Amino acid sequence: MAKIKLSNTKVEQIKAICKEFNNNKGELINVLHKTQGVFGYLPAEVQEVIAEELGVSVAQVYGVVSFYSFFTMVPKGEHPISICMGTACYVRGAEKVLDEFKRILNIQVGQTTPDGKFSLSCLRCVGACGLAPVVMVGEKVYGRVSTDSVKAIIQEYQKEKCS
Amino acid sequence: MKNIKVTIDKKEVEVKQGTTILDAAKSVGITIPTLCYLHLKDFNITNRPAGCRICVVEVEGRRNLAPACATECTEGMVINTHNIRVLNARKTVLELILSDHPTDCLICAKSGNCELQTLAHEFGIREIEYQGEQSTYKKDMSPSIIRDVDKCIMCRRCEMMCNEIQTVGALSAVNRGFTSVVAPAFEQDLSCSPCTYCGQCVAVCPTGALTEVDHTNQIIRLLADPTKTVVVQTAPAVRAALGEEFGLKPGTSVTGKMVSALRELGFDYVFDTDFAADLTIMEEGSELLDRIARYLKGDTTVKLPILTSCCPGWVNFFEHQFPDMLDVPSTARSPQQMFGSIAKTYFADKLKIKRQDMVVVSIMPCLAKKFERSREEFSTDGNPDVDFSLSTRELAQLIKQANINFNALPESDYDAPLGESTGAAVIFGASGGVIEAATRTAYEIFTGKTLEKVDFTELRGLESIREATVDFNGTPIKIGIAHGLGNARKLLERVRAGNSGFHAIEIMACPGGCIGGGGQPLHHGDSSILFARQKAIYDEDKSKAIRKSHENPYIQKLYKEFLGAPLSEKSHHLLHTHYFDKKKVIEIDE
Repeated sequence: MAKIKLSNTKVEQIKAICKEFNNNKGELINVLHKTQGVFGYLPAEVQEVIAEELGVSVAQVYGVVSFYSFFTMVPKGEHPISICMGTACYVRGAEKVLDEFKRILNIQVGQTTPDGKFSLSCLRCVGACGLAPVVMVGEKVYGRVSTDSVKAIIQEYQKEKCS
Repeated sequence: MKNIKVTIDKKEVEVKQGTTILDAAKSVGITIPTLCYLHLKDFNITNRPAGCRICVVEVEGRRNLAPACATECTEGMVINTHNIRVLNARKTVLELILSDHPTDCLICAKSGNCELQTLAHEFGIREIEYQGEQSTYKKDMSPSIIRDVDKCIMCRRCEMMCNEIQTVGALSAVNRGFTSVVAPAFEQDLSCSPCTYCGQCVAVCPTGALTEVDHTNQIIRLLADPTKTVVVQTAPAVRAALGEEFGLKPGTSVTGKMVSALRELGFDYVFDTDFAADLTIMEEGSELLDRIARYLKGDTTVKLPILTSCCPGWVNFFEHQFPDMLDVPSTARSPQQMFGSIAKTYFADKLKIKRQDMVVVSIMPCLAKKFERSREEFSTDGNPDVDFSLSTRELAQLIKQANINFNALPESDYDAPLGESTGAAVIFGASGGVIEAATRTAYEIFTGKTLEKVDFTELRGLESIREATVDFNGTPIKIGIAHGLGNARKLLERVRAGNSGFHAIEIMACPGGCIGGGGQPLHHGDSSILFARQKAIYDEDKSKAIRKSHENPYIQKLYKEFLGAPLSEKSHHLLHTHYFDKKKVIEIDE
């Protein structure tokens, strides 16, 4: 018997979310979305519980989690940074901006800094193409980001530490 | 239904509405190449993701080329299956697939039997124009199956078999774009997943991405070792399929030639798993009668129905998926394991050799047998009852490598005493066979009467779930049969609900039973091959002088000299087993 560990309250929370969607396997994406909203990420154990509750295989749950870039299996940073790689942002230099974030934070896409402060991800279009290239930090949108402005954006959030 | 007329390559064709271009073309002898598409007629098995695009054809008036496998004909459609536009598109598709595919065909396990290789050959591909990134995945070695996903072309046949047909749920397409691949959850190894090793993924994989663990080299070494007595056993379904590897018509029974070939290869004793199948019937049949007798006396604790336990894929399935029902299946070991156990005790004693000096090899239509033989409970002091389990395909490989002219071999008989078997044993190879064999014996023991007719045709067939009631001289015995694990699940859920009314159920993991096992010659989607093998099995039964397991004189002798009686203490020790809960549980960590 293989065992996976999870706290009782977490298991109950996940079960409650599944129940909200009537344990319907067709609602898998919604269940994952909501669960990630609560936990911040979707570790393997959480996916195991969801699979059991909805009556789908863990492989299929993981198939969905690994397909959508929105879902993550590692905890996101306190300030999740998303760089838009949509067509408009891309042609206006998003890749260079991304490289600058990678260089300064010393992490790759999908990773979180060791202090848990920042995580880095890419997304496809936030609907602000006129401001390309666009970067989001948490819910805040930064437009016309250049490689030179990357440092300032990061510093904005590092300052918080002192306050 | 309305008929419609279409024109394919200037030929007028009339087809039923709803017919795909692929089927319409086939009906007039036009073969459109396919790769991801798979259709096993009469088994409800279809894979049609229209993902590979090899089958594209031109439909006049339509802007894009259409995938023939997934496009239905419409009235007046004009289709070109091989004009320059189509051929160029197909070639590009193929070159793009090959651009991320290893080109180590010479040393690939699938060489000569690979659908991608065949297409590359037919298209005359001599260079791959597209150079780009190549997948580099770790090889996953389980006890039965090797996953070499660098060779995966995302046809998703394996995923369909694993999820839709077998409902095992070990595999899924994961990730996205270039990194997408078929894998178990979290891209762990198969051995961490609920995989049953049924091998149906291997049976349908068009390339070398999924293959069996190959033990032929170890066997060649052991056969040359004079200190070892090497004993071989052959499963019922092997004889009905092995001939296909040597160009014989599907359904050609090659029992006698196979025995000769095994002797030529150097096996010291050529025995038959069928002998152990007869032994299984003695034990499983007695267990069934014991449970029925107790039930009729009013014992409410008795577990009915009894479920057969010969199929190791099925055993793995219920250990993972129905751990609350571990006391329902028969405790009888499978014929492979019964054979190993008797060979390394009874027969080793007769030869006056130690079990360590005996090597038991089994030839099986199955890949789950490789895992089964490795189970710890089937060994004594670290020495397994069955040392190696080879698939039908591996045996063919051994014969070819030894340059034995298989088709010219004379027919010969198995050795005694573990080579004698009855017609009841050979039908183990087809769905419904085990329960028919058990019925022949149980009926006679239960009623004390001789059966007038040994053929229980109501138990035969290839419908996915079958039910029949056999009259045991006034006592109706309700029997269920399922093949394919998805069908087994349906029956199991009825049993779990407690109102199935069955007394006995036979389950085989593979569609068709062992004749369609994951270790058999590849059928490449041709279901007529399975029907031909099924016929060969029942014909062989008919040709046998003895057709009831309990009448096998060597089985009678084995009980008299060694085991005592069915379900005796010795039988329990050597021929029965117990099951394990393998379901993952969420441990609460406060």
